[in-house]
Amino acid sequence: QDMQEKETISPERAEEAKLKAKYPNLGQKPGGSDFLMKRLQKGQKYFDSGDYNMAKAKMKNKQLPSAGPDKNLVTGDHIPTPQDLPQRKSSLVTSKLAG
Amino acid sequence: SGAGGGNDIQWCFSQVKGAVDDDVAEADIISTVEFNHSGELLATGDKGGRVVIFQQEQENKTQSHSRGEYNVYSTFQSHEPEFDYLKSLEIEEKINKIRWLPQKNAAQFLLSTNDKTIKLWKISERDKRPEGYNLKEEDGRYRDPTTVTTLRVPVFRPMDLMVEASPRRIFANAHTYHINSISINSDYETYLSADDLRINLWHLEITDRSFNIVDIKPANMEELTEVITAAEFHPNSCNTFVYSSSKGTIRLCDMRASALCDRHSKLFEEPEDPSNRSFFSEIISSISDVKFSHSGRYMMTRDYLSVKIWDLNMENRPVETYQVHEYLRSKLCSLYENDCIFDKFECCWNGSDSIVMTGSYNNFFRMFDRNTKRDITLEASRENNKPRTVLKPRKVCASGKRKKDEISVDSLDFNKKILHTAWHPKENIIAVATTNNLYIFQDKMN
Repeated sequence: QDMQEKETISPERAEEAKLKAKYPNLGQKPGGSDFLMKRLQKGQKYFDSGDYNMAKAKMKNKQLPSAGPDKNLVTGDHIPTPQDLPQRKSSLVTSKLAG
Repeated sequence: SGAGGGNDIQWCFSQVKGAVDDDVAEADIISTVEFNHSGELLATGDKGGRVVIFQQEQENKTQSHSRGEYNVYSTFQSHEPEFDYLKSLEIEEKINKIRWLPQKNAAQFLLSTNDKTIKLWKISERDKRPEGYNLKEEDGRYRDPTTVTTLRVPVFRPMDLMVEASPRRIFANAHTYHINSISINSDYETYLSADDLRINLWHLEITDRSFNIVDIKPANMEELTEVITAAEFHPNSCNTFVYSSSKGTIRLCDMRASALCDRHSKLFEEPEDPSNRSFFSEIISSISDVKFSHSGRYMMTRDYLSVKIWDLNMENRPVETYQVHEYLRSKLCSLYENDCIFDKFECCWNGSDSIVMTGSYNNFFRMFDRNTKRDITLEASRENNKPRTVLKPRKVCASGKRKKDEISVDSLDFNKKILHTAWHPKENIIAVATTNNLYIFQDKMN
């Protein structure tokens, strides 16, 4: 019966197992709330000297956190540093659809 | 699934707009496509904040086998990047949605929105100009008054057509979160705008005031469990609108019930099999688009893998479900890793509500005929596209032996996504947006 159960595992569950094997620290909560918060905070964050200095004061002697791989988190704890500044946007031109 | 899709419509390539090169500039990514109410105009919005409007040429009587082509009518910069100094956040100029107003006079009006600001644009034609001023030359320079000996009445003379777009209203500062939808009410006086947590009601004439009609923001943000993903007014009942959520539910609200429509009149939700629940269940159930049928009797929702048709009279399950690309269910792990699982596909109805269409990956798009229950997969590609040659149906091989002409799931290009499609309100003409190109397909006319 064990064999039967293995064969009938849904493709979704199999994919979930694959994901959990790759990322064992994946949150126990269903794949929802982390993405919701990320979605609400979507937007290119820039270096903010106010946040930077506040975080520095909070950290005191500790290492100042950099933006890290996930640049999308709220400022205060994880902030872009001057090195992480995005490239300047190119000038506005006419759409190629109208060309 | 055989060929066909609606009394065997034979789809042919008609036109393609946009650059050929593979190196796509971010600004050129198409973010919305919308026909106006007559179908004569077709608008696109892009990530660079620009709107391009195409106009259908008048039918050529001598070439009765083809409908008019769409050519550029107007193009303008709708939104520009802005900066929120308080949050050190850039506000993207990307056009999230365009919605046309019904035509009331010679000018055309549309609403376009980015994440934060909605704008009402007037597009008007100028094909005459006054000539014969007494005090000015034709080029505008003032005449020497001593040379003016007679008086004449300036007259309007024809000139080359000029199409001008001007912003008539700017509806700003009403959304803390990112606007995902705008929808014009059937009263043609008001419209709604929806962001992740709130929906606001506006009057088209009034920009300094907006009524909040839905607010799902919890007192404690840590209790947040779902967000609003799309919203639309009912096509006929001006008191009714729906909004969809990231948990796969749709709520229908009646504005007559109360000022704040936090309590729904109807809740549409398909029961889930708890034994099938996985980490991905909620993500793939998130509704990316909701559209009422033209009749107003049904609504269609798009989630990651399927399209569902709901009868407004039945809340406990959809009346029809169409699988868009079920073969992706066994690829969810990698689709999560490359973020594709969060792609927001839209969907649309044809004019008679008999066929629905939605996009997929590899520049494929799908159509489902609700009457014949047949479906078809087509590809938007510059290869093999000759005018008046019927498009060849595509087939994806989920597993096992791949037949000739089939493409295996692992060969699909997940960077080529068709998120936005539109169907002409009256004819079998469709507009399909790939990343940076706009394809127009037509029914082959005999």
